[in-house]
Amino acid sequence: MNSETDLIISPRLAKNFRRNLMERIIEFGLLCSGLVAIFITLAIVYVLVSEAIPFFQHVSIKDFLTDTVWTPNYSIKHYGILPLISGTLTTTGIALIVAVPLGTITAIYLSEFASHKVREIIKPILELLVGVPTVVFGYFALMLVTPMLQKIYPDLTTFNMLGPGIVMGIMIVPYIASVAEDSMRAVPMSMREGAYAMGATRFQTAIRVITPAAISGIVAAYILAISRAVGETMIVAIAAGQQPNFTFNPVESAATITSYIVSVALGDLEHDGIGYQSIFAAGLTLLIMTLLINILGHAVRKKYAERY
Amino acid sequence: MTIQKKPAANKNLDSIRKTIANHKRHDFIFASLGTLVIASLTITLLILFLDLVIDGYPRFNLDFFSNFPSRRAARAGILSAWIGSSLVLLVTFFVAVPLGITSGVYLEEYAKKNWFSDLIEINVSNLAGVPSIIYGLLALGLFVYSFGLGQSILTAGLTLALLMLPIVIVSTREAIRSIPVHIREAAYAVGATKWQVCRNHVIPYSYGGILTGVIIGMARAIGETAPVITIGALTFIAFLPPSPIGLEPPFLNFEWLESGFTVLPIQMFNWISRPQHAFHINAAATGAVIIMLTLLMNGFAIKLRYNIRKKIKW
Repeated sequence: MNSETDLIISPRLAKNFRRNLMERIIEFGLLCSGLVAIFITLAIVYVLVSEAIPFFQHVSIKDFLTDTVWTPNYSIKHYGILPLISGTLTTTGIALIVAVPLGTITAIYLSEFASHKVREIIKPILELLVGVPTVVFGYFALMLVTPMLQKIYPDLTTFNMLGPGIVMGIMIVPYIASVAEDSMRAVPMSMREGAYAMGATRFQTAIRVITPAAISGIVAAYILAISRAVGETMIVAIAAGQQPNFTFNPVESAATITSYIVSVALGDLEHDGIGYQSIFAAGLTLLIMTLLINILGHAVRKKYAERY
Repeated sequence: MTIQKKPAANKNLDSIRKTIANHKRHDFIFASLGTLVIASLTITLLILFLDLVIDGYPRFNLDFFSNFPSRRAARAGILSAWIGSSLVLLVTFFVAVPLGITSGVYLEEYAKKNWFSDLIEINVSNLAGVPSIIYGLLALGLFVYSFGLGQSILTAGLTLALLMLPIVIVSTREAIRSIPVHIREAAYAVGATKWQVCRNHVIPYSYGGILTGVIIGMARAIGETAPVITIGALTFIAFLPPSPIGLEPPFLNFEWLESGFTVLPIQMFNWISRPQHAFHINAAATGAVIIMLTLLMNGFAIKLRYNIRKKIKW
């Protein structure tokens, strides 16, 4: 039977069959690597949750969210996440105060004022600024910016939130500038021409026509900047002092969620110890925070999405 | 009548002129402001770079690259760090690039438009926004303890590969999307299968765009510190991993994958954290090395992309 079918199948048909089989196998292989992204997301959630569960059996969620002291290394242990959150929010806030005006001005300037030639030079510089590693920015904050601030404000301690906050702001300016600029350039030329035809100046067109039309993209840029700042690790770990401190005062030293994780990881990690589990609880908090920020951003963008 | 009207008209004209002048001044003020902001950003980048180079200048000699870290700052070097960084990046490259390209090809050429491909797409864009330290925690829980890979070069390479993956996927997709449909149609018309179209046409033509993404991703991986610290990489390493190339057949060995390691940014972080000023000089010199590498790589990628854009004529 077998030999008979072999005889019937022409070499061409056999070749076709092999070819189709090969195609199927390759498609399956490609699908598998496409699935890796989903696998990574699931793995992140699984690892964080499964390692945080034993932590929350030890520390109640209520204590975790309301206690204002975080002292996992002291004899009387407290696990209140609020000091870490206050540090994260303060440094992020300072960064935004620096980055939002600078980034928005840069975006408007590049999109509406700069000539083609200037833009061709400036955009690569911004991209280079994005590529600077954060550990280098941390050095910058500790060795250059904080001493400069100390000249203006002599009481400032070596480790504070102001210096790293400002440097973080400089770091995220290019993110805001490039995303906001892209959305401004996507506004149709006809809207600009309409405004100019009515006698508007460049500045009036930029502020009253282009900015409102591109607002959803600009908000998206801010949201991206916030999530970058919240997740930023090395700058604060180097220059903010790694000492949990429930305060919103920028001249004090403090730890953020990320710098706490780093400081624990630098020590001897005892697998399955409470210290080990606590960094996963902190990581889970961070992930939920960034998730909330992104959801908020999505909602705001949907609300203001402009159709033209 | 006309005589009486004229001053009023003049006054009106004056006020209009005034308004116009005012608005033009706003224009000018904003343009100057924009120039100022951009100039200060550029100067910041310059100061950052020069500060590192000037601070670290005394340490720029061959010994710095060929010495192990030491308790004496003047004799400490970055040998174990730069070798560690290179080996980690080797792993990252060989994991992230094939996975990223195939994943991008699948999403762009094979996936049908349905909820499932949307799900993958949302996942990829979300992964790009996850803070890098979360990848470190993932690697700590999964690679270090569940898979039992330990604090090895392999673990660090895989961790950075996860970070780099979204960048490679996105740049692959963008590059593929810019290839016009008629190229594919021509290939199908002479009987090529889907994979043959991808392998012989789509992937080769998007080569430049993919390369840009790979270089930017690698530049990011070089400077990435937080996830590598989180997996528990040691900060003081005074030995080298076993050599990947042996003198006897089979010439390649993979023991180095399981070796302990340190990388350039961790070495720099370690030196910044010390109180003595002499170590800060070492940190600055290391920082200068890192920033030079990343600036060169990013600069090359930007130039490459610029060239592709200029050259394309379908």
